[in-house]
Amino acid sequence: MNTEKSFPYSHIVGYLISLALTLATLLVAFKTALPKGTIMLILAAFAVAQAGLQLVMFMHMTEGEDRDSKVVHTIYAIFMAAVIVFGSIWVLTAGHPIY
Amino acid sequence: MDIKWDKILVTGDPLILASQIAIVLTMIGIVVGLTYFKKWGYLWREWLTSVDHKRIGIMYMIMGVLMFFRGGVDGLMMKAQTAVPENTFLDAQHYNEVFTTHGVIMILFMAMPMLIGIMNIVVPLQIGARDVAFPQMNLLSFWLTFAGALLFNISFVVGGSPDAGWTSYFPLAGKEFTPGIGNNYYMVAIQIAGFGTLMTGINFIVTILKLRAPGMTLMKMPMFTWTTLITSLIIVIAFPIFTIALLLGALDRIYGAHFFTVSAGGLDMLWANLFWLWAHPEVYIVILPAFGIYSEIVATFTKKRLYGYTSMVLAIVIISVLSMLVWVHHFYTMGVGPAVNSVFSITTAAIAIPTGVKIFNWLFTMRKGRIEFTQPMMWTLAFIPTFTIGGVTGVMLGMAATDFQYHNTLFLVGHFHYALIPGVVYAVFAAIYYWWPKVFGFKLSERIGKWHFWLFNIGFNLTFFPFYLLGLMGAARRMYTYSAESGFFPLYFISAVGAFIMAAGFVAFAYNIYWSTRYAKRTTANDPWGNTRTLEWATATPVPHYNFAVIPEVRDVDAYWDMKKNGDKYLTLEPKDIKPIHLPNNSGQPFYMGMMAFLAGLFLVFELKVLFYIFAALFFAGMIYRSFDYDEGYYVPVEEIIEKERTWRDDSKWKAN
Repeated sequence: MNTEKSFPYSHIVGYLISLALTLATLLVAFKTALPKGTIMLILAAFAVAQAGLQLVMFMHMTEGEDRDSKVVHTIYAIFMAAVIVFGSIWVLTAGHPIY
Repeated sequence: MDIKWDKILVTGDPLILASQIAIVLTMIGIVVGLTYFKKWGYLWREWLTSVDHKRIGIMYMIMGVLMFFRGGVDGLMMKAQTAVPENTFLDAQHYNEVFTTHGVIMILFMAMPMLIGIMNIVVPLQIGARDVAFPQMNLLSFWLTFAGALLFNISFVVGGSPDAGWTSYFPLAGKEFTPGIGNNYYMVAIQIAGFGTLMTGINFIVTILKLRAPGMTLMKMPMFTWTTLITSLIIVIAFPIFTIALLLGALDRIYGAHFFTVSAGGLDMLWANLFWLWAHPEVYIVILPAFGIYSEIVATFTKKRLYGYTSMVLAIVIISVLSMLVWVHHFYTMGVGPAVNSVFSITTAAIAIPTGVKIFNWLFTMRKGRIEFTQPMMWTLAFIPTFTIGGVTGVMLGMAATDFQYHNTLFLVGHFHYALIPGVVYAVFAAIYYWWPKVFGFKLSERIGKWHFWLFNIGFNLTFFPFYLLGLMGAARRMYTYSAESGFFPLYFISAVGAFIMAAGFVAFAYNIYWSTRYAKRTTANDPWGNTRTLEWATATPVPHYNFAVIPEVRDVDAYWDMKKNGDKYLTLEPKDIKPIHLPNNSGQPFYMGMMAFLAGLFLVFELKVLFYIFAALFFAGMIYRSFDYDEGYYVPVEEIIEKERTWRDDSKWKAN
């Protein structure tokens, strides 16, 4: 674990970026006239960025001796979740025309 | 709901009546026996509440063997029914229930408990740990699995068994087409057992990642520990899918939802999709630990290091990833179109590559080795050709274009029995013969073991090879009878004869346990096979409850072999090196929670919702109680450790203290 007691710059930076992302989300949602689908897409992108930021900056994803295994497991779990969700949608909607 | 309470006990079938009487007599026998020998306290203190991973493992194994018997009897009943054309031994409904419970019990309540039992006994010892990471949760896993199995097993006498196949496809399994309560058992009992399995998965991931002995890097872990780690990862990824599928299924059946129904916008094939998203990885969950078992045994009995360790690890990792990417090959015939079917044909064929790597690695391990034909090795040797037949027919089935011909024929049934029986059952037998002396301090008889081996192998091939031929002749699976003109009779009859030979093999196995328990020579030698390689053989036999007097240091993949060759301070320990050992206390709480889960499940099956809510609340109360539990465990005093270590170490030196 990180034992040095220096000023937590990375936490401050992470906090500021998080705030910026949240503000950007609000601005996109309420102050733009983009089509609804586009807004949702941008919001989703911001949400993913926010989640990734939190994992790295605050949730010790990249720290500790088992850092590599945490990163691998997280990426694998996200990949599998994507396979399950998008795979299912693909399989169940790609039916043969006669069905 | 329209449950006929006066007809809740299944009646009218002499077979079921006989089993009802047998169940009552057995229960009376157990109660009387325990009371007469004053064993209630012993049973409660030493077993039912024990958080010792070895005890929990043994309880899993006992449950697995009992379920193997139950599932085996189901199998024999099916074989008796189809032995001759137009047979009336079982009617169609009873046959449906029997093949459903056979499938569910063999996969979920036989294969899983057996392998989880072996993992429990072996993995903490192989990595040089004192116990698993969460010992009490481990016991809770066991009791939830047990509660699920108990609930599922009472179905055939109370209320009727599920009858929609182990795949329980909707819409057939839904209320519209199967209104009785039988399929509620499926949705509820498997859910409870599934919670236990999921916790086991988490437990073993943490155990293996966090509790390895100093020096044991990931690439120095024994192969069985590797396969357990990967299996646990698949459990954690795949089981939640089934949890949700069962939840939706239960909501459909019990609360009138429409997730999988034909009417009201439900999507019946979504069940098949979710089911196989779990069930395909599930077969790898049961087969990967078996691969690990064979790897340990091959290396031990050829007196050689396992060939291609790194490629073995890579192979199981690739298998685990691919296992999540092939689920559609179970329902190509749904009509998902050429693009989807092609993609899944390719991923399916790709699995043959890492599996082939493993087969060749075992063969190369044996090359130029000194093979000892002990029981564990015999089962391993029998596994390789039979499993290869199962695997190759699997590749045939995996091609979408040809699968339209094989789908739902006995060819498929032949394939998965050839994959799962050598892949799981042989491995479990091999593991039982291999680790039995470690756990109990005596070997099972080789002489009776040979009877077991040959009867079971001949019986297995006689039973299931005709399935391939019958399937190619057009015999569909799950048909309770066939006409004389079909020409199926000779092969079906051979298959039935084989099944009874296989059953005789199981009887030989049971007799072997009985005979060896009474007459086999006892040993306290830590390495009864003489050529073992991994850490579990470095401690006393039977293993003391603290596992290792001090935690050994690891320098090599074959940690114990390296100790023997190069010397190690663990083997020359002196009494002054011993320090008190911290262990967890036993707990009755997992038993309580298991029973609450059972009762909650039972009431949910019978759709008595208020009672279900009460017992579910009592179950969660156990979790809340647990979070205020400050039990810190206890210390094993040095004198007790010294006393135990004296049984197998250099006696003179240890007696002085």
